[in-house]
Amino acid sequence: MYGSLSIVEYDNHGKKYHEEDPKKLAEFEARIERGEKIEPKDWMPYEYRRQLIRMIEQHAHSEIIGALPEGTWITRAPGFKRKLALLAKVQDEVGHAQLLYSAAETLGKSREEMINDLISGKSKYSNVFNYPAVTWADSAIIAWLIDAGAIINQVTNAKGSYGPYCRALERICYEESFHLKYGYDSVVHLATGTPTQRKMVQDALNRWWTPIMHFFGPPDKVSVHTEILMKWQIKMASNDAMRQEFLNMYVPKIWELGLAIPDPNLKKNANGVWEYTEPDWNEFMRVINGDGPCNKERLAVRRVAEEKGRWVRKALLSPNEKYVTPLA
Amino acid sequence: MKFLDPRVNRLNLPKEYNEGFQQAEELDQWQTYEVFHQRSRGEQHVHVGCVHAPSAELALLFAKEQYARRSKCVNLWVVKTADITPSNYEDDDIFVPAVDKTYREAYGYKVRPLINTFNQSSSSNISSKVDIQEIIGSNGKKSYIIQKII
Repeated sequence: MYGSLSIVEYDNHGKKYHEEDPKKLAEFEARIERGEKIEPKDWMPYEYRRQLIRMIEQHAHSEIIGALPEGTWITRAPGFKRKLALLAKVQDEVGHAQLLYSAAETLGKSREEMINDLISGKSKYSNVFNYPAVTWADSAIIAWLIDAGAIINQVTNAKGSYGPYCRALERICYEESFHLKYGYDSVVHLATGTPTQRKMVQDALNRWWTPIMHFFGPPDKVSVHTEILMKWQIKMASNDAMRQEFLNMYVPKIWELGLAIPDPNLKKNANGVWEYTEPDWNEFMRVINGDGPCNKERLAVRRVAEEKGRWVRKALLSPNEKYVTPLA
Repeated sequence: MKFLDPRVNRLNLPKEYNEGFQQAEELDQWQTYEVFHQRSRGEQHVHVGCVHAPSAELALLFAKEQYARRSKCVNLWVVKTADITPSNYEDDDIFVPAVDKTYREAYGYKVRPLINTFNQSSSSNISSKVDIQEIIGSNGKKSYIIQKII
């Protein structure tokens, strides 16, 4: 559902850019310049590998954790058709995590290590999933607008330089198109419904607007410089560029439904650029570092799943073992 | 601990889930199988990705869930990743013929320049005489024998 390097962290321990073999680095950069994909066994700079692992891993975790706020509504989905659709959507998201974990594994981090890092809280995932889906309308807003943001993100990233990630994203984007239509359909249904339904979807939009604005990451003027990541085609568009694209595509659609966006300063200026109130970035940093409404329960649920599934995975690990009747 | 999601509360999670947890050991997620997908009969099987599975049988099941969810599929193959030996991209010069092997290509044969050169040189250097004999057959029809004399 989500993946980008919206926050860049640098590593002071690994090999620095200027410490790389200059000849290999030049060949590598020329290959990216020509639009060729980098494959797992190719030579790559330390920082390229590290940033990609971090990004793809976070993306995979986001798919897994992102299934939780929506998954909780499967049993309470209004109507059989929506129940089936939501079930399929959530299964898609978990499937996306499988694809993404595999892509990250090609860079040398095992799936077990990634799972451990998620559960211990070392790895991050998309901040939006630390907020609760309080009502059915929240799950509809997630399916429409969070998936819309994710699609913008993923379509952009699918043009990146790392072959396995691009191939996974192409497959993911294909499935996401259904999520978007399903989410839109659910929101339209509420927005064109009874006053109670309209209020329900408006309340959900009010709750989710800040997380949606947070979704693409801090504004370019405060985020760490990302030139090298853009040059290596790991990060394909700036946070602000993607946020603008989102606003441009979806604000008119939201307004068309007669819904109000909780930002009095939101408007498109004469240059075609969207102006808006910056969301609270301190809240963003606080939540991403563990102090959000749902951080603890998301990880607790993951831990339960890991713990409860362990014996099944272990049992399957040695399928050739035979049961022997105890002797005494 | 009280959670926001009522369904999570109903799980009655024991406290220790919020503290330490058992680390996933090696092979906790099993090994990987590479998946090949055939869109329709008669087409090639195409590599589409991999799955983690404890056996080939389950790898097929997971591959069906993962890779045959939307697009058309008539057949799947799974192969243990460990059983695949890839060539190395850094050795891509192995695909460049070491010597000139145009002799095994149709375009490696060009006769026209030779013929042209030959014809030009024959007309200028070699003077040839032609002897023509006229023969009248028994039916009265004329025919000719043309002979080139060098």
